[in-house]
Amino acid sequence: MLSVDLLKSGRMFLVALWALLLINNPANAALTIEITKGQQGALPIAVIPFGWQGPAPYPPQNVAAIIANDLTISGRFSPLEEKDLIARPTEGRQVNFRDWRLLGAPNIVVGKVIAEGDRYKVQFQLFDVYREIQQVGFSFEASGKDLRRLAHKISDLIYETLTGERGAFATRIAYIKAKDGQAGRMYSLFVADVDGHDAQLIVRSSHPLMSPSWSPDGTRLAYVSFENGRSMIYVQNVLTGERERVSAFKGINGAPTWSPDGKRLAMSLSKDGNSEIYVMHLGSKRLRRLTNHYAIDTEPTWSPSGDFIAFTSDRGGRPQIYQISAQGGGKAERLTYDGRQNLNPVYSPDGKRLAMIRGEGGSYRVAVMDLENKMTQILTDARLDESPSFAPNGSMVIYATEYMGRGVLSAVSVDGRVQQRIGLQEGGDAREPAWGPFLSNK
Amino acid sequence: MSAFAKGLAVLLSVAVLWGCSSKTSELDSDTADAAASGTDSSAAVEVSGADSGTEISGAEISGMSAGNAITADPFNDPANLLSTQTIYFDFDRSDIKADARAVIEAHARYLADNPNVRVTLEGHTDERGTREYNLALGERRAVAVRQMMALLGVSSRQIDVVSYGEEKPAVLGHDESAWSKNRRVVIVYSGR
Repeated sequence: MLSVDLLKSGRMFLVALWALLLINNPANAALTIEITKGQQGALPIAVIPFGWQGPAPYPPQNVAAIIANDLTISGRFSPLEEKDLIARPTEGRQVNFRDWRLLGAPNIVVGKVIAEGDRYKVQFQLFDVYREIQQVGFSFEASGKDLRRLAHKISDLIYETLTGERGAFATRIAYIKAKDGQAGRMYSLFVADVDGHDAQLIVRSSHPLMSPSWSPDGTRLAYVSFENGRSMIYVQNVLTGERERVSAFKGINGAPTWSPDGKRLAMSLSKDGNSEIYVMHLGSKRLRRLTNHYAIDTEPTWSPSGDFIAFTSDRGGRPQIYQISAQGGGKAERLTYDGRQNLNPVYSPDGKRLAMIRGEGGSYRVAVMDLENKMTQILTDARLDESPSFAPNGSMVIYATEYMGRGVLSAVSVDGRVQQRIGLQEGGDAREPAWGPFLSNK
Repeated sequence: MSAFAKGLAVLLSVAVLWGCSSKTSELDSDTADAAASGTDSSAAVEVSGADSGTEISGAEISGMSAGNAITADPFNDPANLLSTQTIYFDFDRSDIKADARAVIEAHARYLADNPNVRVTLEGHTDERGTREYNLALGERRAVAVRQMMALLGVSSRQIDVVSYGEEKPAVLGHDESAWSKNRRVVIVYSGR
């Protein structure tokens, strides 16, 4: 049983801990994330602040806070509040399972960070409080600057253990920021962690930037830049900054998307009169034309198998989604019939669903269609949604929308039950999010 | 003014005759020119596009007020159709509305009479719908204006087309009053 004394001392400890949280959460988050719709019955979980052994008063990162935040923004977990943490175990043998059962937390995460020279050892354990068993536990080693990434990796392991679905917290999001400044409107392409931290500038221009698309290995971005006065496609290595202009034909050079094997880009070019779908082999720059129609054909997207390309076309009078063989040849098959307009398709990572923008009744919303039975579910309730992009685990769709007159990003779970709003910390419009792939362990 | 109007009237009849008599061959050679010019013409677009890009809202005024020796600059005369350089469109449409025809005809006449003058037709859309679709729609609007000008006798060498889609709204805002001003083609002159 808990004594009153213990509770009191727990609260005092809590005050000290808040100070630590503030110190370790500097305002370097480029994006703010707010849960606007949470899942009913999000699972409580106790994430205990990690122990610390090292010369400095605090570790470089508050690993437990990063994990708790990840689990919160997934919408599927509700970590216990600081004030409810009745004890601070840092390893399994210190956990009194009965205490946590009383708090109604079925799972508890404990761990510690140990300084070892200029590196850090991080160990964590996840326990089932009712069965009193360890479900997963690891010990890692990382440099100070990799501790955030390591924390996201731990979040992934916890998430996967508890939901059976691979976690996507250690992935990154590319997005465009447009902001008015003294030199006029500036456009920037950023890459940030999924929790909005560690935003890294990829390219900035006084002319519009559009349509970022990740290479399957997460090392490169293709995008459209108007820096030469009109649309051209560039490919940039996000690690080295090295970039190449791959398409500058007459007319539109737009909508680049990477093939699953990373060797080709599908794109929309109007060099032959009006916008058509082409596939460019990045090595040889050789083009293959896939469509030939006087209507608008654009926004190509590859099926995960690489066999098909879905795209937007208004060949039927209004924009709808069609699918064609990625090899070329054959007839385009129309995929959407419901809804006045359907645009900007994107396949789910398992290839079973297609997210798109549905235009109807003056509103543009995110919809997801089951490719098997062609049933469509509209996931959002806004009016100006665009640019849907699947999380690599298929659990959520991130997209751009308008909120209070501003361009913001938003993410919605594929069942529509969880929704987050992602805004820019320093103002401006955020748009065109592209959720990056799973990264290798390097 | 009246002398100028007479001149325009003459030009009109010439342009119309011209357009009628040589429609097919003119269009064919346009296509050939466009295909052949490739990179060169895109370099020209780079310059003009970049200039106009910095000041969409002010371009019509500041660009045109730099008038030279012409005593009565038709581009600054509100009574002259040439002073209108923006053509507006209906939502998700690229057909030219009846009230815009006279404006396009006036510019076509001017261009046919001044073969050294070039224009860039900048196509734009409102923010509704998706960005890449709008990039294509903006181009389709600009091409619709180009086609009409070509039919009126303007050489394809005088016209560049660039689409900005929804990326460069003339008016910021998220309602029809802003959208209706953003669905447009802007005729931007260079070398005048």
